[in-house]
Order: sequence, then C-alpha cells, then structure tokens
Amino acid sequence: MRDSRKLLSAPFLFWAAMFIIIPLCMVFYYGLTDKTGAFTLNNVLAIASPEHRKAFWEAIKLSVVSTVVCLLLAYPLAMILAGMKGNHDSFIILIFILPMWMNFLLRTLAWQTLLEKNGVINSVLAFLHLPALKIINTPTAIVLGMVYNFLPFMVLPIYNVLVKIDSNLISAAKDLGANGAQTFLRVTLPLSTAGVISGITMVFVPALTTFVISQLLGGSKILLIGNIIEQEFTQTNNWHLGSGLSIVLMLFIILNMVLSVVTDKDGEVNAL
Amino acid sequence: MAKTLVNLEKISKSYDGHLVLDELDLTIHENEFVTLLGPSGCGKTTTLRILGGFERPDKGRVVFDGMDITNLPANKRNLNTVFQKYALFPHMSVAENIAFGLKIKNKPKSYIDDKIKYALKLVNLDGYEDRRPNSLSGGQQQRIAIARAIVNEPRLLLLDEPLGALDLKLRQDMQYELIRLKNELGITFIYVTHDQEEALTMSDTIVVMNQGYIQQIGTPESIYNEPENAFVADFIGDSNILGGTMIHDRLVEILGARFDCVDEGFGENKPVDVVIRPEDVKLVVPGEGLIEGVVSHLIFKGVHYEMEVQAGGFEWLVQSTHMRPVGTKVSINVEPSNIQIMNKPASEDEEAVPLEV
Repeated sequence: MRDSRKLLSAPFLFWAAMFIIIPLCMVFYYGLTDKTGAFTLNNVLAIASPEHRKAFWEAIKLSVVSTVVCLLLAYPLAMILAGMKGNHDSFIILIFILPMWMNFLLRTLAWQTLLEKNGVINSVLAFLHLPALKIINTPTAIVLGMVYNFLPFMVLPIYNVLVKIDSNLISAAKDLGANGAQTFLRVTLPLSTAGVISGITMVFVPALTTFVISQLLGGSKILLIGNIIEQEFTQTNNWHLGSGLSIVLMLFIILNMVLSVVTDKDGEVNAL
Repeated sequence: MAKTLVNLEKISKSYDGHLVLDELDLTIHENEFVTLLGPSGCGKTTTLRILGGFERPDKGRVVFDGMDITNLPANKRNLNTVFQKYALFPHMSVAENIAFGLKIKNKPKSYIDDKIKYALKLVNLDGYEDRRPNSLSGGQQQRIAIARAIVNEPRLLLLDEPLGALDLKLRQDMQYELIRLKNELGITFIYVTHDQEEALTMSDTIVVMNQGYIQQIGTPESIYNEPENAFVADFIGDSNILGGTMIHDRLVEILGARFDCVDEGFGENKPVDVVIRPEDVKLVVPGEGLIEGVVSHLIFKGVHYEMEVQAGGFEWLVQSTHMRPVGTKVSINVEPSNIQIMNKPASEDEEAVPLEV
C-alpha cells in the first residue's frame, strides 16, 4: 500500500529532478566557477559593482511599489468579493481572472501599444486636445505593467482567507462593542495576514525578477537586475556571471520569505 | 412582579418571502431565565438575532429597558451574545479574547486584568489566560465565550444553543453551571434551544415556538403538565395525544370509554384533544381499568420500562417501573388529574396562542 503510493509520486520526482534539481545545481556550478572551471566567488560578488547594484536597487524599488499598489487595490476588492453572496461573486472573479487566460507577453505588448508615444491612449488624448501621456519607457510604465500582470495573484490568496473567516467572529466583535473600523483592525485584518503574506510573495517575487515587463515598457533605458541577468545569458554569453547574480537574487528572496514568516509570528504575538 | 427588561412588539420578519416571525409579542423581565424552545426553523434564532442587533425586523419594535432599540446597531446595545460555535477569536489568547470588549471601551489595564481573573474564576478556568482557543476542548471554549460576554456586565445575555456541540455529560454539567452563573450575576438570560430537556432543567420561563408563532409561555412545570395544544404536548416530552369528546365538565370520552377529569369550561359534547403522559398511564389487572388491551412492545430504558399497549384501537405509550412481558393482557386507567384537555386548533396553520408572560 505504502509502496504503491510512493510509486505514484515517481512522475513528479522525475520531473523535479530533471527540471528543478539539476538546473539548480547547474546554476550553482556556473555561479561558483570561472571559465576555467576553478572555484570563485567573483560572480556572486559582482553584484557589488555600481552597474549591478543600481539595477538591483531599481528592481527592489519598483517591485516594492508594485506590491504595495497591488495590496492597496486587492484588499478592498477581495473584501467586497468575499462579502458578496450568491452567483455574482463567481462571475466577478471570472471577469477578474479572464485576463490571466491571455498570454503574459501579449498582455504586456498590449500595454506597450496603449502607452506608446503615438499609441492608442495618446491618439485619443490628442483627438480630445488633451496633453499627451509620457509614461512609456519610465518606471511608472513598468509599475503599471507589474500591477496589471500580478494583481490577480494578490487578490486570490486574500480573497481565499477572507471567505473562510467565520461570519460569527465578525458578529462577535460587533456584539462586544467594536465598530466597523475596530472590527476590521482587530479581527478581519489579523485573521487575513496569511493571505496577505502569500499575496505579497506571489507578487513581489515575479516582479523582482521580471525582465520582460521592464524590456517592453521600460525601453532599454531602465535596467532591472532581471534584464542584467538575461543579457549575461543571451547577449554577453557569460553564463558564470549570470548564474552568480541569479544566486544573489535567489538568496535575497529566500531571506525575505524567512523574514516575513518570522515577522508574521511576531505580529501575532504582538496582537495578543 | 419583576421589572420589564425587554419588550418585543409585533415583530415580523421574513426571508425571501418566507415568513419566519409573524407579529411576535414577548415580554421578558429582569433577572429571568427565559428559554426560546422549538424545532429548527421555528424563528427562535431569528428572534435572538433581532434582540442582538444582527437582524432588523421588517415590522415591529424592540424595546429594551424602556428605550426603542429597533434600529440601534449591535455594537451599541447593552447586551452580549454567546454564539453557538463559540466564535472565539483564534488569533488571540484566552485573556485577549476576554479583554476584547473592555479594550474597545478603553478600560484601564488594571481593571481589565482584574476582570479577566474574576471571569476565569467564575467559569472555573483560572490559569488559562495564555492558552489559545484552539488548544481548548469544546466545553472549555464555551466557558471562555461566556466569560468574554459577562465581563462587559451586560443587562441581558443571549445564548444561541450554546451547548449544542457538547456531549451529553458535559452538557448536563454546563446546564447547572449556567444556572449558577445566572444566579450569581443577576443577569437576565435568554436562551435558545431545541432541546426540551435543557429548557425544562434551566428555565424560569419557557417560550415554546413553532412556525414563527409563540405556542405557549409558562414555567417548565406548567408547560409540561398543562400543555395548551397538541404541538406543545408533543414537543415537550413523550405523550399520548388522543381525540376525545368532552361530555360535560369533568367527564371526557376517549376511545369509547368515559374518564373522570378535572377540566371545566369546554362546553358539552365538544371535540377536544387529550394529552396523557406515558408515566401517568396506569396498567392494572384486566377488568379493573377502563380500556382493555395487550402489551405489544417492551423496551428497557434504565430508570423505567417503556411499553406499547394496543388498547381501544390506539397504541398507548406507557412508562412504568413495573415490567409486563409482551402479550400480557392489561387494563388502562388514568388518574383524573393526569388527564390534560386541550381545545382543538381552530385550523391547521393557525396554531398560535397570543400570550403575555
């Protein structure tokens, strides 16, 4: 019985070995060696060079802003969705998820078309004799693209925890004298931290590592750490440096996730 | 009589066109333990939620201590609720849960700490301050929920089937606990349950409800001994409900036999409903009773035997400590004072009896 169960996981184990473990090992191998194959930390330490540091900092900045914007948009929306009863909620969630069925690249390209100097939005604005919008190739455009692409990843986990909160808890808070704001701050919000944290992770990580959005909406002017790594692999052909920088990025994300879990526990204790 | 605390006046409420409460009138006095008793869907929980401020009635008024609170939101009412599934905040410790209402009211920390200690002592859970609700048993969680409600010193405590999820033994312990609490605190309790035994054990006053109407209001004794209609008789305890004819005052004919009874004022030759509790049916030697019959079923129930007796074309439910084997020929007799006569309901759905406590 137990052996046959184990057997069921074989396809996935094979998959994981082929496409997760081995590639990861390769990244570490390339990242920690030079062209002669000798061990070196130079590829990892290369993050300290001004050019890389700037790209890394830019990526952190934009992904933090995007995550915050996503959170501010998603939480109220998730609350409204969770508060709805009947068939409406699944319909609205569908509308919400619908863009996700379209290819990620296409969506981003669509934004490019919309925002371009002579793009759709500016044509309309010109027709109305309004000043043209100049946000293509700026950080704003990148943030817009990130928020647009990653917003559902913030809404869904928050929505999922909110619908599971027992409505009696809300009634109990009211019964004990709490008004709407107090109920939200003391009951709803602390009970939804798990969803908020997973939403933040699901938005922050892809936003931090993206190179497509910054390439399409940021032009070549704004380089994020993702673009640098991509260039090392595809243009400069320096896999060692690309892997070294990837390792730094990976460690940074892992560190962040560990921190968020730890602070969450602290937050819970403080809320007592 | 004690001062009136709550007055429900002509409360109506319907959901999706389905009438749940129909012009309900109810008066509750201070320091009373009132139980709303009825099958599910009878409107008892809706009544409680209207009192708590979680539902607005479609029509009618809720008067609390002389003030109309019909449109007052839940958080502004001087009453607290103990919810059916406890509804303790899972992200807070026991102490934090109990302190919730007091912190909202900005009470000083020393006052809150004293209150937590006092409340935990009252529900016999001293030392549980730092525990998490999830680490407690159902009974303990229920006690914390009660503690969380009473530290706010409400005038009125609403309890929505609070013992429903507990096992039998614990439920019985908690029943005594609740009676003790009510007496110690001097708070008015309104208790919702579908468990007639619970209602009989704890209440000063029982309000029997069915289909949005109050069927009968009275003390546990009067509800049990003198049910006013067949629904109440059937819902409270086991009973034999028979059709009969009131020949004249103090004489009723059931299944062709004439029984002396103590009821008067039903008129002559009037059709009535007759209730006889199974423990009041006396089985005697054939020929000595009024109706002859045969024992058809026998079950041992612990404190007594439960028998079914076929007599006069009716299946009598009989409880007796004296065992009679299946097939035994018996005769049925009933003491006049144990025969309860009720008017037949005027129509099938109009089973309501407007009453004041």
